[in-house]
Amino acid sequence: MIAIDSRGYYGEFGGAYIPEMLHPNVEELRRAYSEVWKDEAFQKEFRALLKDYVGRPTPLYFAERLSEKYGAQIYLKREDLCHTGAHKVNNTIGQILLAKRLHKKFIIAETGAGQHGVATATVCALMGMPCIVYMGEIDIERQAPNVARMRMLGAEVRPATSGSKTLKDATNEAIRHWINHPTDTHYIIGSVVGPHPYPDMVARFQSVISEEMMWQLEEKTGRPDPDITIACVGGGSNAAGTFYHYLNRRHVRLIAVEAAGLGVDSGESAATSVLGTKGVIHGSRTLLMQTPDGQIVEPYSISAGLDYPGIGPLHAHLINSGRAEAISVTDDEAMQWAYYLSRMEGIIPALETAHAFAALDKLEYKKDDVIVINLSGRGDKDLNTFIKHYDQYNK
Amino acid sequence: MNRIQQLFADKPADILNVYFTARYPGLQDTEPVILALDDAGADLIEVGMPYSDPLADGPTIQESGTAAIQNGMTLDLLFEQIQSARQKTEIPMVMMGYFNQVMQYGEEKFFRKAKEAGVDGLILPDLPVYEYEQFYREMVEDLGLAISFLITPQTSEERIKQIDSLSRGFIYMVSNSSITGAKKEITQTQLDYFNRINAMDLDNPRLIGFGISSHETFKTACQYARGAIIGSAFIKALKAGKEVRESTTQFVQKILNVTA
Repeated sequence: MIAIDSRGYYGEFGGAYIPEMLHPNVEELRRAYSEVWKDEAFQKEFRALLKDYVGRPTPLYFAERLSEKYGAQIYLKREDLCHTGAHKVNNTIGQILLAKRLHKKFIIAETGAGQHGVATATVCALMGMPCIVYMGEIDIERQAPNVARMRMLGAEVRPATSGSKTLKDATNEAIRHWINHPTDTHYIIGSVVGPHPYPDMVARFQSVISEEMMWQLEEKTGRPDPDITIACVGGGSNAAGTFYHYLNRRHVRLIAVEAAGLGVDSGESAATSVLGTKGVIHGSRTLLMQTPDGQIVEPYSISAGLDYPGIGPLHAHLINSGRAEAISVTDDEAMQWAYYLSRMEGIIPALETAHAFAALDKLEYKKDDVIVINLSGRGDKDLNTFIKHYDQYNK
Repeated sequence: MNRIQQLFADKPADILNVYFTARYPGLQDTEPVILALDDAGADLIEVGMPYSDPLADGPTIQESGTAAIQNGMTLDLLFEQIQSARQKTEIPMVMMGYFNQVMQYGEEKFFRKAKEAGVDGLILPDLPVYEYEQFYREMVEDLGLAISFLITPQTSEERIKQIDSLSRGFIYMVSNSSITGAKKEITQTQLDYFNRINAMDLDNPRLIGFGISSHETFKTACQYARGAIIGSAFIKALKAGKEVRESTTQFVQKILNVTA
């Protein structure tokens, strides 16, 4: 049975390794989130917004050309059709409703590629709450369109100038802001990372993905279970949502696709399950990339959303225990798939999502296996990268 | 009784604990800073283990940590430097760092090495109380290391009692809800908090830290606790100063308001 225990551990991973200054905030959240989740009024409001504002359920699309080519039944879970263009908004809707119930006045968030930042700025606009998004100085430069979107939505984008000036440091800065504002502020973490209860809470808010997959598959194939599900993993929120209702259905294979960057052994990679060791990052005991002395190493991926030195504790547990299989995909393979999927199915995927598709070339599966790939986000935000490399990949 | 407990037994008030980041400003500065702090009149030294992602610290300490890591800091080297300094001084020394560093080194190996090097106490702000009690308390106490946990204005009374029962040496009383190096003045709200803690009759003495940066704030803190901890302000002084011994001496004298 795969489940989180009362102290926030999945097996040996998880917990809440936080300075005392954060304890009251995190404890308040821990006490509130399970109750709120079970509260009927909350569920009603959450479900209504997912339906009418986000546009759920998202379609489960049978990719006919891809299926023919790969000799399997390939379905795509269209999270790219969510409002704001990715699955991230499922979680921000849930957390903003929770923040309101806790009578919080201000919202903070961290963002890497800007998708979570946009999703947070969006729900803050929806609820009329002030929003500060921390973003690494380097990411602000390379993700300019999303910075503009956040500002358009009324959020303040604050550059994280410490350390390596990317997602890891934006997360540090957001945590520090929360320490400095302990009573009136809620921190909307964007992935299944951070101290307990965040990994479990975010996984539950994203679990709507596999909840829909089950009935949609039942309708289309006559059974709720696929043979294989595939999702990309940075921190791991879309994968957590994709795997959630299948965790204890062991005949369903769970494939977590990590970014290998220039190659797992190149020194420029974000393949945490291969390169990482057990440690603590952002309040959670998990797998992370670090030096033998415990200094956290800056990862690399062409995709800013997978460019994170850790993975959520749930995924560390799933991979470590053999329940999930980890596959590494390079920048180059992901780029090829971005162009290929666009031509094959008429869908331009986010660079993160393109990694998940590349797993099709590396997996062993039986003919006519039912495979669901979570199409976690659309590629509009990556157009600059796609345009820049167009000639290289389209000879 | 270890050196920290002895200090609190001997000195009733005005205990000055100074934090500095090991191997900062320069690679070989750990020992000179320790000896200069001792000579200048500090009572206790908190040796910071440079860390890439120090969540409880502000920019001053993070930058000094980044510089120290670039200087080539490893824990083995740090233990050697502390051990060498320990041959020359009896001042109590506490190591402050983040739990990931201890975990990578190997928890038991880390605690043993610290003891061997002559370290008296530990501050690991992100080590949860529960995990400490379950897995490390026996080891740490058997070695005679004094561990200090933090409390803040938001810490509940029940939790303060639990922290008091696990702390040895002193409790690190965070003056306000913030990261290190934040505020400058002490407010009435903080004074109420200090008074509330004093009324609790805890087993451990308290040192007040975060936002202590001058003679005035040090003196105020000392009225409400056995002493105070200064970190970021000293790092700034080291950064601004030319020579480590001179800037250390001047800084401590300024805080204590004495002249040589």
